Amino acid sequence: MSARQASSTGIGARIPRRELKRLLSGHGRYIDDIELPRMLHACFVRSPHPHAKLVSVDIAAARRAPGVAAVFTAADINPKCEPFVGVALHRPGHRSAPQRLLAAERAVWQGQPVAVVVAESRGEAEDAAELVAIEWEPLPAVGDQWQAIAPGAPVIHAELGDNVAFDFSLEKGEPGKAFAEADIVIEEELRFERQMAVTLETRGLIADFNSGDGSLTVIHGHQSPFQMQEVFSRHLNIPEHKIRVTAPDIGGGFGMKLNLYCDEIATVVASMLLGRPVKFCVDRLESFVSDAQARDHLIKCRIALNKAGEITAMEMDDISAVGAYGMPLRFNVAEGMMAITLAGAPYRFENYKGRTRSVYVNKNLIGMYRGVGMPLACVATELLTDLAADKLGLDTVEFKRRNYWPKASLPCVTPGGQKLETVSFHECLEKLVRLMNYDALRKEQAELRKRGIYRGIGIATFCEQTAYGAPYYGPSGAAISTQDGCTLRLEPSGSVRCITSLTDQGQGTLTSVAQIVADSVGLSIEQVSVAGGDSAISPYGGGAWASRGTAIGGEAALRAGTMLKQNILALASAITQTPADALTIAEGQVMNARTGQVVISLADVGRIGYFRQDTLPRDFDVQLSVSASFVANDKMCYMANGVQASYVEVDCETGFIKMLGQWAVDDCGRVINPLLVDEQVRGGIVQGIGAVLFEECIYSDDGNLLNGTMADYLVPMAGEMPDIALDHVETPEASTRLGAKGIGEGGLIGAMGSVWVAVNDALKPLGAKVRHQPFTPERILDVLARKT
Amino acid sequence: MKARNFRYVRPSSLDQACRILAGVDEAVPVAGGQSLLAGLNMRLSAPKLLVDIGDLKELTGQSYEDGAVRLGALTRHAELLRSELIQKRVPLLVRAAAHIGHVAIRNRGTLGGSLAYADPAAELPACAVALGATLILGSLAGEREVKAEDFFTGLFETELKPGELIVAVKFPAMQPGMSVGFAELSRRHGDFALVGLAAVATMQRDRIGAARLAYFGCVDRAKVACSVSAAVAGLAPPLRDTSAFAQAIRQDLTPEDTTGLRADTKLHMATVLTRRVLNSLSQRTDP
Amino acid sequence: MTDLVGEEDVPIEATLNGKPLKRRVKARQHLADFLRQEMELTGTHLGCEHGICGACTVVIDGCTARGCLTLAAQISGKSVDTIEGMTESGKLSELQSEFIARNAAQCGFCSSGMLLTAYELVASGRKMSRAEIREFISGNMCRCTGYHAIVDAVEAVMAKKVKASAGGKF
Repeated sequence: MSARQASSTGIGARIPRRELKRLLSGHGRYIDDIELPRMLHACFVRSPHPHAKLVSVDIAAARRAPGVAAVFTAADINPKCEPFVGVALHRPGHRSAPQRLLAAERAVWQGQPVAVVVAESRGEAEDAAELVAIEWEPLPAVGDQWQAIAPGAPVIHAELGDNVAFDFSLEKGEPGKAFAEADIVIEEELRFERQMAVTLETRGLIADFNSGDGSLTVIHGHQSPFQMQEVFSRHLNIPEHKIRVTAPDIGGGFGMKLNLYCDEIATVVASMLLGRPVKFCVDRLESFVSDAQARDHLIKCRIALNKAGEITAMEMDDISAVGAYGMPLRFNVAEGMMAITLAGAPYRFENYKGRTRSVYVNKNLIGMYRGVGMPLACVATELLTDLAADKLGLDTVEFKRRNYWPKASLPCVTPGGQKLETVSFHECLEKLVRLMNYDALRKEQAELRKRGIYRGIGIATFCEQTAYGAPYYGPSGAAISTQDGCTLRLEPSGSVRCITSLTDQGQGTLTSVAQIVADSVGLSIEQVSVAGGDSAISPYGGGAWASRGTAIGGEAALRAGTMLKQNILALASAITQTPADALTIAEGQVMNARTGQVVISLADVGRIGYFRQDTLPRDFDVQLSVSASFVANDKMCYMANGVQASYVEVDCETGFIKMLGQWAVDDCGRVINPLLVDEQVRGGIVQGIGAVLFEECIYSDDGNLLNGTMADYLVPMAGEMPDIALDHVETPEASTRLGAKGIGEGGLIGAMGSVWVAVNDALKPLGAKVRHQPFTPERILDVLARKT
Repeated sequence: MKARNFRYVRPSSLDQACRILAGVDEAVPVAGGQSLLAGLNMRLSAPKLLVDIGDLKELTGQSYEDGAVRLGALTRHAELLRSELIQKRVPLLVRAAAHIGHVAIRNRGTLGGSLAYADPAAELPACAVALGATLILGSLAGEREVKAEDFFTGLFETELKPGELIVAVKFPAMQPGMSVGFAELSRRHGDFALVGLAAVATMQRDRIGAARLAYFGCVDRAKVACSVSAAVAGLAPPLRDTSAFAQAIRQDLTPEDTTGLRADTKLHMATVLTRRVLNSLSQRTDP
Repeated sequence: MTDLVGEEDVPIEATLNGKPLKRRVKARQHLADFLRQEMELTGTHLGCEHGICGACTVVIDGCTARGCLTLAAQISGKSVDTIEGMTESGKLSELQSEFIARNAAQCGFCSSGMLLTAYELVASGRKMSRAEIREFISGNMCRCTGYHAIVDAVEAVMAKKVKASAGGKF
């Protein structure tokens, strides 16, 4: 990778997300801010029971209520939509019952939509929804993994025979032998409660079916407009080229707004039936029972070592409760698969066994949420290695130094099957140790322990899959594009307009793209406008998910920028009669590459190229609009990595945990915008801390959500969060020109690991260990009382 | 969610307000609205008429007379934090107010509203009880006084009769030798308390003379914890353990298991908090 | 007395972003919905309608308040300022500038409420520690930034304003 001069607005510049000026002055345009003529509002009636037979639905009173345009049930909505089967074709044995938009004879989770009221206002729709009279016959509900696989368990979907969605094992080397012969074996059982993304802006969309020409426009608070265009086309039987899906400003996604939602698709059907735009914005109370959820795993894990302190084997056994159906497209096997294939990845060892089972329960569906299964892999790995270090009498940092993959062994494939090429575990660890002043903290910890103050230090290493390539979803049968594209157009006045397939829910991807375009064409970022994913006019692409935008869409932008620059120079050459290879573009001017003398402005190139072709040679072909795409045909992902540390204090009398500090060193390859990278890491870290200390969906034994409000589901607020210090290592991705990897999820992944280890580190002198996330005060008090 | 439909009226006098509340079915008063409106937005209740008492001059004012501070029912929580009179004379209220929700909630929420709503996890009812405050209630029949310790009768239940409003509250002012303590455990700043304690004590040199303790968060209503209050009399903080009152706590507090927090955990936390609050009593009495 | 006491449509007179407002409002409509739907000022956002998240924060008579926990009818006789008005008047410009420079916002959904809360904090004239700043903004949920950059931005503005007169109102 040749060294580039960092311009003040190009690649490498610290530029705030460019939309902020507009958003911070109250001029955002989020889905609920948008009104269309004749628009109606939808409200869903949902099952209050986790599992119940739908005996009867009486909508007569609701239909008569003021302002109501229609009340639809399964009989109206379901026939318009091909059922979904959330199964990954490349995972043999992965099963799901077909899912229809509205519950018909039976509801299988609390919150499942049953009917939809469409009215002049949301308030009137809610008033009418209260009048929908439903007779339910509650059925025995399966509440968790253990109930799901217990002998004689109620089978949620009779056609499946049992509740197992997926059961996958992998083995490398001879783990059985390694464990049998090990000098040290450490075994743990880890519980992760169900959690949620809790975006501040809830889900929403406006569906506008035009009965005049059978076209569908959807303004959708979704991370992937192309995914939804394809879904609407295939399932609602509308020709794809007659569908347009655009994303407005979105108030946070984190993967949650990537999933498929029956209530959203039912809203589209409602618009088709009524021939009017219909808006559906999820209410906060309903979001807790309808947004795709995450985690909900029990992981048994163990590690084997010899007395020389080398890891010889690892094993993971994961079982997750994935809800009542398989999530279509964004498959429910992902968390478990990532947990077992990424466990142990930073460490050198040969023998590994992993098993993951996904089972159906009468709960809301599990879908994508930041980090997916990687935080689980990080927690298991880093907890086990920390305990191993203790057992060996080694400092945990020293243990890692000795057991990480040595630089010389790269590239390699981990026992879980991960290809490691341009990773930097050692460099990140050393930077972290300096950043946090590790030795001083250990000294302080020791001093305070003597005074009965229990502080803990946790270090967590991780590697993370970012920017998936075609091999990830291709074999699964999911119509998900890992490709992204960029169209660039020189405007007649010399600025550049970019349309990318990427979307931006706050992470600043469009700003990074602008930087790349500015650099690759040769102008300043103020001269570049970027519009995000619009399925009608953008090149086809994936949108925002799995930390991919800058790496992949940025590579496409680099290609497009290079192409546009070539075409501009060709035209400039024709205009000025100068050889193109003697010219370059900088600061919006075409200039002599050697002398820097301005030859012609981009504005003049544009003016002539669009309006004065009569002055050009007869056969000169002006092409000032270009489009390029990029996808990695053969790469599963770009592996990024990092390491984090937490410093915590446990109040052993109350069980409360205080975050004293957090440090993170990450390597996301070439950094396009350090400011945006820093803030992505910080935001992810706080979600990770929230996961370990605060967040859980609390259910009764039979699947009733007990804490589905903002007061009871605890999202981290500023008062409990620490300052977060950051540093970076840059090991560019070798297979692309840009060299960027992804950064969106590393913050959460590493923080979950480091907080788990830190809290347990604090409890070590007391002989207590906590293994159940989130670490509520009660759980801490309980482990302190048991002292096991 | 969107609230159900209702009518709204804003009377200009206490008399008019009481008349309406007494005479109209399913009429409820709204002052700050920070609890009521959240409930309406969640469709937890369906009143037919909201009577906005925010304009009633009779419910405003702060004064100090005869060793007591009289605060109008419409005193906002934010005012408790700003008022020099309250900081000087009733510092326990200042300590408590800092824990009530967040700034925006405190700007609107009122003293009267908090006491009338009688949330067992709320700070001010416990403070009123610990301080031995007196509530002045107004209705068409005139005014009557009810002691705070008699006012809270059950879970979200008070002495208020239909058509009656809290007009003002009289708080005994700090006297020499008095000490106040306050602490609460909540998951995040401003959240409802898991367990909290308001304590008012007279100190005799280093010893606690008499004490009134009122818990919140782990109780069904604000009341004096009589056994604990008796058990701590004569103790000399700092206390190294909880043996002097641990049993008394189990006599006074009979919490129930709630989602994510068992009764025995609440008792443990209450015991810990009691020791910490008592240990803070021997220190400065200023907030 | 009959149930005809009170109205479902309530006449109000108030000041909104410095301009006189005279309207009939639906009794059941909260202030945030009124601003967004009737006045088409969509800068005030709804995040929960429980009063917890702070996205709906507006300014009433110079103090922050939850738009979702205030009825539109209750603002009669009061003055209300929203993110739009506070931007136009320039009152938020220093905070906005520091927020933007530090990328102390990502999706922007919390920012209206966060800025107004930060303004109240800074306008108080008190110098606060980072911990106190964190406590003050603890009623404004942000899911994107992790709060660190927001605290930095507020601290920066506070440092400039610490000499301004204390005592708070806008």
